[in-house]
Amino acid sequence: MTSPRSAMTRPRSAMTERTPRRTVFRHRAFVRLAHWLNAAAFGALLVSGIAILLALPRLFWGETGANDAPAALVLPLPVNLEQTGWGRNLHFLAAWILVLNGGLYLVLALVGGHLRRNLLPDRDQLRPGHLAREIADHARLRPPRGREALRYNALQKFAYLAVILGLFPLMVLTGLTMSPGVTAAFPELFTLFGGRQSARTLHFVFACLLVLFLVVHVAQVFIGGAVNLTRAMITGRLAVPANNPEPPDA
Amino acid sequence: MRDLSRRRLLTGSGALLGTGLLGGCDAPALSHLATPYDWSNGLTFAVQRWLLARQPLVREFDRSRISAVFPTINTTDPDDPAYKRSRAVDFTDWKLPVSGLIERPGAFSLADLRLMPARTQVTLHSCEQGWSAIGEWTGVPLAHLLAHVGLKPQARFIVIRSVDGWWDSYDLFDALHPQTILAYGMNGGSLPVKHGAPLRLRVERQLGYKSLKYIAAIEAAERVDGYGKGRGSMVAELGFPWYAGI
Repeated sequence: MTSPRSAMTRPRSAMTERTPRRTVFRHRAFVRLAHWLNAAAFGALLVSGIAILLALPRLFWGETGANDAPAALVLPLPVNLEQTGWGRNLHFLAAWILVLNGGLYLVLALVGGHLRRNLLPDRDQLRPGHLAREIADHARLRPPRGREALRYNALQKFAYLAVILGLFPLMVLTGLTMSPGVTAAFPELFTLFGGRQSARTLHFVFACLLVLFLVVHVAQVFIGGAVNLTRAMITGRLAVPANNPEPPDA
Repeated sequence: MRDLSRRRLLTGSGALLGTGLLGGCDAPALSHLATPYDWSNGLTFAVQRWLLARQPLVREFDRSRISAVFPTINTTDPDDPAYKRSRAVDFTDWKLPVSGLIERPGAFSLADLRLMPARTQVTLHSCEQGWSAIGEWTGVPLAHLLAHVGLKPQARFIVIRSVDGWWDSYDLFDALHPQTILAYGMNGGSLPVKHGAPLRLRVERQLGYKSLKYIAAIEAAERVDGYGKGRGSMVAELGFPWYAGI
């Protein structure tokens, strides 16, 4: 099951001089659906999160903090107290979508083998020589081609695993640490993150890291072929980029 | 009032709590599901009621943790003639009417409330604007006052109005929680005017906007859809959820 489920050659007129492009089934339906639902929820969380942040664009460590209290970091943003009504409603609606969608995705990814097969690095990808080559390819903005385009590269897998198993769960937990209801049931959350304002600060830091991931992720889509890769995440089918002139290292 | 035995208070509260849980679907968080926001806020309410079913207390801090900066927002000095007169005489003429579905309606002075069993708690106040501060609050548990006036069995909600026109409602799940108190003291002294003198509510498991300041009247009701626009609170009409456990 490491190879794509099916491969077909798209019939092309003999008149065209272009190389026939093989298309393969690349992304399963639950992955595509989860991806776009998560993208929509994250976009809404980002916009509404900024709206909420503007009421107190300062970060603190510990339990307490306010506009008139000494801050660990004062963000260069204007104070706006009028955006929290819609901001909070949208934030928590999108958070529920993200949590339910993400939870279902994780269950399916674990049970169905998606995590193990497609997201954990393959043995050959962890060889120093391979990793060095990947880093060099990334530095030269050279996207994977041929067979290598049929799996995620190791650096990509590390990034996806960090986001899926690290940043998103931490975002949810730091968010819940700001809830007086949830923390009444689980006061351990305060201990875990060092207090309510510490959790708020970490929520902001993790959000910045997710935005950084998003920027790199979208940049990579453009480097690898925006139309092809986006279509693959919508329809599931990827047109395989032809091999490089130099032979692949496999 | 020493005859109000602990056993009577506890058994009464237990029975009331049962009816409070049964009445969950009447709660404004679940009775008005018109927009996607109503659904997500209702889901939050339902899940948190489940998480809090055993009625845990929120953390209480040592007095040394009391915040030097405790912001005050919205009304900080009510512009109401009767309030100003009352304030001038140190609220000695102030009375809190308790009415609605209760056995013994009455009005209580600050002295009456101070004679009731008091609770002091140092807790973290979390505002919807993002700030949080630690304060010490002293007052009478709302559960005690309600047991004192005798809630009728059909009562499900406590509606509280404040001098500045704000009003909110609480189901018995929160109203009877041991840390839900009517506070007349803060940080060892009398409750300052900017913090809601002479009496404010503390609802510790929700955001600060549920802890109404300048309490003017308390009423027990079976339903709250007849109050205001039927959303359960004044802030719900402004787009802030009735349930604010977030």
